[in-house]
Amino acid sequence: MTATLTAPAPTPGAVVGAGRRARARRWRLVLVVLVVALLAVMLLTLCVGERSYSPVDVLRVVLGQHVDGASFTVGDLRLPRALTGILVGIAFGMGGVMFQTMLRNVLASPDVIGISAGSSAAAVVAITAFSISGPALSAVAVAAGIGVAGVIYALSWRRGVHGTRLILIGIAVGAMLDSVISYTLSRAAIYDVNEAMRWLTGSLNSAFWPVVRPLAVAVAVLAPLATVLSRRLSALQLGDDASTALGVSADRSRLVLLVVAVALVSVGTAAAGPIAFVAFLAGPIAHRLVRGSGALLWPAALVGALLVLVGDYAGQHLLGLRFPVGVVTGVLGAPYLLWLLARSNRSGGSL
Amino acid sequence: MRRRRVLGLLVCVAVLVLFSVASLAFGSRVVSWPDVVGGVLHPAPDDIAQAAVHARIPRTVLGLLVGAALGLAGAVMQGLTRNPLADPGILGVNAGASLFVVVGIAWFGLSDLNQYIWLAFLGAALAAGLVYAIGSLGREGATPLKLALAGAATTAAISSMVSMVLLARNDVLESFRFWQVGSLGRADFSQIGEVLPFFVVGALLALASARGLDALALGDDLAVGLGQRTGSIRLLGAAAAVLLAGSATAIAGPIAFVGLVMPHLARTFTGPTHRWLLPYSAAFGAALLLGADVLGRILTRPQDLEVGIMTALLGAPFFIVIIRRSKVREL
Repeated sequence: MTATLTAPAPTPGAVVGAGRRARARRWRLVLVVLVVALLAVMLLTLCVGERSYSPVDVLRVVLGQHVDGASFTVGDLRLPRALTGILVGIAFGMGGVMFQTMLRNVLASPDVIGISAGSSAAAVVAITAFSISGPALSAVAVAAGIGVAGVIYALSWRRGVHGTRLILIGIAVGAMLDSVISYTLSRAAIYDVNEAMRWLTGSLNSAFWPVVRPLAVAVAVLAPLATVLSRRLSALQLGDDASTALGVSADRSRLVLLVVAVALVSVGTAAAGPIAFVAFLAGPIAHRLVRGSGALLWPAALVGALLVLVGDYAGQHLLGLRFPVGVVTGVLGAPYLLWLLARSNRSGGSL
Repeated sequence: MRRRRVLGLLVCVAVLVLFSVASLAFGSRVVSWPDVVGGVLHPAPDDIAQAAVHARIPRTVLGLLVGAALGLAGAVMQGLTRNPLADPGILGVNAGASLFVVVGIAWFGLSDLNQYIWLAFLGAALAAGLVYAIGSLGREGATPLKLALAGAATTAAISSMVSMVLLARNDVLESFRFWQVGSLGRADFSQIGEVLPFFVVGALLALASARGLDALALGDDLAVGLGQRTGSIRLLGAAAAVLLAGSATAIAGPIAFVGLVMPHLARTFTGPTHRWLLPYSAAFGAALLLGADVLGRILTRPQDLEVGIMTALLGAPFFIVIIRRSKVREL
């Protein structure tokens, strides 16, 4: 008792500083744990499958040496698939959390408000009507995603863009685009259900090396850009008036952020289709892990990558039938989504 | 108001007659006027044109029925939720019906409409309840934004469950792919006969709830003050909406936006009184669906563009106009 009396009371500055250090520690810890988990899952997906290889063989293949059998299975099939999964997950996770923070609503993720539908619809039309493929297809999907986002943004402009109006108009545009996808698919001769499912729910079944390269370049450009811009994001989170007062013009920041976020989501969609709910779930899950200790951008990106990898592995090997990753994340994500919906409506909606 | 109601009625009847005739006359083969009359009254068995007209009769009747049901369901839902954006498609009711129908076909081997129509009702009711419950949590109650988001998210969740069921069953996928777009093309009179009683009961329930909906529009407190039991009004209206939307989805597939757009158009003729609004919405819904179907047939002749796609393309811009017109605070 005397000890507590004699101990010098900590100054307010020291308390704040200690809190800040503890939060930074927690944030770094979460990031490290996520990276380790991601690497572990990636190693698992590379090693274990219809034919399993030892981690040593896999590492040798990854380093470029030739191993009989493993070179093809791991090097040409599993490695590009895993890399595509990770890159797409990062793109969706980042794009999704940017939308959610920017519009201050968990439900306003690009797959709910029609952005992914724009890329999908363009890709489906490009494939079936003009037989476009490869990098040109990605370009079409990205251009369409940005175009659709631009249309949604322009339609919701009335003396400035308000988040609520943007979301509702996005839902309407998304419904239109979905009917375009349904129409195109019902007309096209579908010899390959996988191809159709890729554009409806997302799948990694066509993820080979030619897909990985443009995707890797795009993510390498966009992810650092998003990281730099994320400072504006935290200002926007305080509301339009407060952010303007802090010197961050709300409308202009929203436009810049929107372009980067849409580009991320469209690049991902072009590679693997709109993998259901990854963009939607990554942000809230990251938020639970980080608990307000720091920026959400990278934790959400890593959670997105984990979701895609685990979902794809489960769809490939754990469920008996082979399901595309989008169906797995869709079905597993649905209950969480509904719970989140109920919770966020009760507590006001922001992340 | 009275003159506008009469005017609206005249416009509506004229449009309905016009579209019905057009629906009989247009298709992959365009039929002349005498053949339309002949085909309806006493089709000559060896005349191809008259046979075509005869074959288009069930499709036209189904278009009228489904359109009326969706228009009515939309008007009731908008009244119940006091929400200008309510629609069986947007609020996920159609998606719920789809999921249960697909499960019934794939897992329980149901093939007959009168078997899976009950599943469609169950799915529609569950989805409607879920979306409304989620959308109305929180302080402000069921705002248009919350309801629309809950509906869109639920629809997304349900469609991935539908994919999961379908991917395991290629045979079902093949037929579902066409049902999913929403179309009148597969209509025949025996199927229409099976759904007709549900349409009739749903319509009667909807009309019976008209006075209650008027009271509800004043707010729950005032409605109670006027001696209405809000709980039973809600139950009655919800039952009507689920019956109408569920049976429309079961027979024609999910069709969005008819229920959203038509009550707004009807309101310009009738004002907010539900006694007038409900029948007008039904008539306008029938006109829109039939018109969209005919337009789809004309645009992509000799094939036809499914009506579900046409209504989405025509209806979504209207939805956007409503949102742009209303103030942010009201959303």
